Amino acid sequence: MTQSLTRDELLRRGLAGGAFLTLPGLLAACGGSSAKKATSTTAAAQTLPRTITFSNWPLYLDIDEKTKTHPTLVAFQKRYGVKVKYLEDINDNDTFFGKIEGPLSQGQKIGRDLIVLTDSSGLPGRMIDLGWLEKLDKSALPNIKNLQPTQAHPAWDPNRDYSLPWQSGMTGIGYDPKLVGGDITSVDDLLTNPKLKGKITLLTERADTIGLVMAANGDDPSHVTDATFNKAVAKIQKAVKSGQVRQFTGNDYAPLLAKGDIYACFAWSGDMVQLQADHPGLKWVLPDSGGMIWTDNMLIPKGGNAYAASVLMNWYYRPEIAAQVEDYVNYICPVVGADKVLLKTDPAVAKNPLIFPTKAMLANVHQFDAKALNNTDYTKKFQHLIGG
Amino acid sequence: MRRRFHRPKGAIPYLLLSPGMGWLLVFFVVPMWYLAKTSLSSGLFPLFSFDWSFGNFSDSISQYQSQFIRSGEYAAIATAIALAVSYPLAYWIAFRGGRWKNLFLLLVIAPFFVTYLIRTLAWETILSDNGLVVRLLRDVGLVAPGGRVLATSAAVIAGITYNFLPFMVLPLYVSLEQIDHRLIEAATDLYASKPKAFMRITLPLSLPGVFAGVLLTFIPAAGDFINAQLLGTPRQYMIGNVIQSEFLSVRDYPTAASLSFVLMAAILVLVLIFARILGTDRLTVSA
Repeated sequence: MTQSLTRDELLRRGLAGGAFLTLPGLLAACGGSSAKKATSTTAAAQTLPRTITFSNWPLYLDIDEKTKTHPTLVAFQKRYGVKVKYLEDINDNDTFFGKIEGPLSQGQKIGRDLIVLTDSSGLPGRMIDLGWLEKLDKSALPNIKNLQPTQAHPAWDPNRDYSLPWQSGMTGIGYDPKLVGGDITSVDDLLTNPKLKGKITLLTERADTIGLVMAANGDDPSHVTDATFNKAVAKIQKAVKSGQVRQFTGNDYAPLLAKGDIYACFAWSGDMVQLQADHPGLKWVLPDSGGMIWTDNMLIPKGGNAYAASVLMNWYYRPEIAAQVEDYVNYICPVVGADKVLLKTDPAVAKNPLIFPTKAMLANVHQFDAKALNNTDYTKKFQHLIGG
Repeated sequence: MRRRFHRPKGAIPYLLLSPGMGWLLVFFVVPMWYLAKTSLSSGLFPLFSFDWSFGNFSDSISQYQSQFIRSGEYAAIATAIALAVSYPLAYWIAFRGGRWKNLFLLLVIAPFFVTYLIRTLAWETILSDNGLVVRLLRDVGLVAPGGRVLATSAAVIAGITYNFLPFMVLPLYVSLEQIDHRLIEAATDLYASKPKAFMRITLPLSLPGVFAGVLLTFIPAAGDFINAQLLGTPRQYMIGNVIQSEFLSVRDYPTAASLSFVLMAAILVLVLIFARILGTDRLTVSA
């Protein structure tokens, strides 16, 4: 759900894809010997494998447009003398999980050392419960100290034994003030204002859509009960029946909003940063009643090399490396100190509240109830809601 | 004189069949077996256990009846439109195309050089609320002022029709192209009017193409979910959308598997009825 690409970018990137997949290999080959020194300083018994395989979402790592390589990854490979196979093959939490679920349930490896999944999909917690994840090797991960304190103890992995945030994002309302005829800051307004009939979309991610509506109802999205869940579903149902809601979307709301087919929608912060680059008139707000926050987590699937994956995580938890990634990615950075680095290199990014949210914003966002995410009954109800 | 040729004996025919059969066994029969087993299982992901839960079938039919019916309706309408559009087109190419025949056929399949998803996304732009097409439709009064085409049943059906059109055109073309023109000449020589010659000669001889085209269009259209997802709203969702979300989002594999079987069975029954109406024996002989 974090893919923030516009269609143009996707196409552009797709063309480049063939070229840069092969590059890390070539670069690793000339990576050199300085690398080995670095590894020998850490736990003596541990050695890095020849290759680390890292699956991530598209457009989620800094890239040099000229050489089509990822500078931070190239630097890692040079330093550690290890080849990183970087795959951008996660487009959707559920679809990717569907792909790896078969082999993992049979106790087979999936050929990846590191994957990235969203907490609000419920899948990271699910995989811990199923025993499908390796523990982080914290001896190789001293930089975990740079993790934002607010991110340190999620309910589904209280000590961050199995997961580490890659990026976070907020869910709120994206809109075109010209078409709406002013600002829109309330979810109820979005769902009932007759001027917006057939001109709004909600998200197919249940944590986002249900969460925002729950908050608007005055209920707490981080403690879901049957009553509050049903209340939110009933409210959305009403808006669907009346024709107020045009569609439920993934991040394909972006072109609709850009073209003016919809006036307002539930939208992700990072998408809006990128949309605003081409459409400066568009706005994004946290609703008065509060927004949602979610985090994409790095995870080590069973059979992956926990030590190697942890060394790579440690690299991305250096503030100067995280800052380089952030300068390109535009979601919320989980690494303390990255903003200080960016203040020098790219102050516009460091000061953008959608990338480094203010304390007031962070106080106004909710995390969705981890237990409710894996409640099959809720999932079914929500799927029925968005499926007619 | 002794016949020089005799039917090949022993293993040769089977050897020739074996690659195809092996392929089907591994990639069709085996998955079907697992799907069948899953459809009769119960439990919560990922621990499904096989226990002859026939209830999955009745549950999935009663719960998703409207999506089943909608899939049938949309696929039938799209197939009918595709047939109405394709027949004159294929006829014209076959009988009047002359030396440009191949070029015209190429134009028919040219959109297929672009992937299915991109073609459907293009329709999102074509039918955009502020786009040229919708503005034109508003001007001539086919769409109410302030109305839209995108996110309606019309958009979904239009998308399905467009995406499967070549599957209709090509078989129609093949059967029309094979017709011996002398038969039509003979009919007109015997004082049949042109429409009558068409009804008595051309149309019956092209039926195998109609049969193949209808099947090739209807079957994938009934199981489609991309068009409903991109061009429709939840109220346009077809059974394919339900199966997809049951597999990937709800992860209720037994329900998804039983829905798949019901869909396959429904299509099979419809195809058999259709074949019965058109008369399969004649079709298989001439095809």
